[in-house]
Amino acid sequence: MIVAMPVEGKTMSASINKSFGRTQYFLVYNTETQQKTFLANEAANAQGGAGIQASQFIVDQHTNALLIPMIGKNAADVLKGAGVELYMTSGCSISGNITAFLDGKLESLTQIHAGFHNHGGK
Amino acid sequence: MGVNKLKIAILSGKGGTGKTLVSVNLAAVCNDSTYIDCDVEEPNGHIFFKPVIEDKSDIKVLIPVCDDAKCTGCRACVEFCNFNALAHVNGSLMIFEDICHSCGGCKLVCPENAITEKEKTIGKIEIGKSNETNVISGIMNTGEESGVPIIDELLNRDFIDTYNYFIDCPPGSSCTVMESIKDADYCILVTEPTVMGLHDFKMVYELVSLFKKPHSVILNKCTIEYNPAKQFCLDENINILMEIPYDSELALLNSQGKIVARESRKFNEMFSILLETVLKEVHK
Repeated sequence: MIVAMPVEGKTMSASINKSFGRTQYFLVYNTETQQKTFLANEAANAQGGAGIQASQFIVDQHTNALLIPMIGKNAADVLKGAGVELYMTSGCSISGNITAFLDGKLESLTQIHAGFHNHGGK
Repeated sequence: MGVNKLKIAILSGKGGTGKTLVSVNLAAVCNDSTYIDCDVEEPNGHIFFKPVIEDKSDIKVLIPVCDDAKCTGCRACVEFCNFNALAHVNGSLMIFEDICHSCGGCKLVCPENAITEKEKTIGKIEIGKSNETNVISGIMNTGEESGVPIIDELLNRDFIDTYNYFIDCPPGSSCTVMESIKDADYCILVTEPTVMGLHDFKMVYELVSLFKKPHSVILNKCTIEYNPAKQFCLDENINILMEIPYDSELALLNSQGKIVARESRKFNEMFSILLETVLKEVHK
């Protein structure tokens, strides 16, 4: 399966990014092949709707599960619409969260916030 | 709004500097005048005027609707949308109505003609009268993305036929402010003696200069202390219309939602002089 998460840098030592829509990078991890790919988030500097654009990108990577500290409503709607499962990260380590996820220790993310919209003005 | 009218826009950048105080009182002391509240996110001119509402109308915009049977999932619309209001997942198009800016682009770029449009109400306009002053307010529904369509309607539909229009602009210097001053004949910038007031004043000063609008400044809440906004005007050679003192009587009346020019002879004279000065500047 494909697991994705927002990360602050392109290395395994980088932290999980608190922001989903505006994160600089995503790590896409294939649990079967153990292949790790760091992808730049094109939505990072979007004028608006970053969460929606980032969600489309995550869906397009055939992601099955997204690990995130929190997420906004619009993004969650897109991801859930595509059947992506949402899990809440624990701590900020990438490998720690992958291990916890594989061990079934991450909880489903059920709290969806209203979103931090209008970062880029109207 | 037709030609042969005088449209004066009042703006400030920072909120709370006295835009509404100035626009309400100028409109109140001026004959044959209409006050237009373009601060559609939080209109407050009506609190002072307490107008008798004579007419109302809903403001509608067009937002896309997708026919899934026609959509092939090419995503031309998703890629086109600059506001990211569209996503294509699980074989169907998701449309985020709150984020859509009603540009109509998705409909134009769809090669399958799968997108049509439906109307959505985003706010309303109220037209009323307070003594002899006409009062028009734009009110945007909570949660809507942009007040521009409401402002466009406020300023372009001939609701009331008067000669003088006082346009109370939204704070800031974004699209809604640009829409509000776009067709104005003259701009009045209201500022206060604070560092933040000056910072935002510089932004609107840059904006009116960019729009090549003739403009002047009102320095509000003036004390005997150093006024950074005044210094800036002197340095930049910007015309100062008036310095309104930091006056507790004025502040009290204003905080009670009263129109100071209607309550006291002193303030009536003050705003009448201000109006005269403005009109002289406009016709220079």
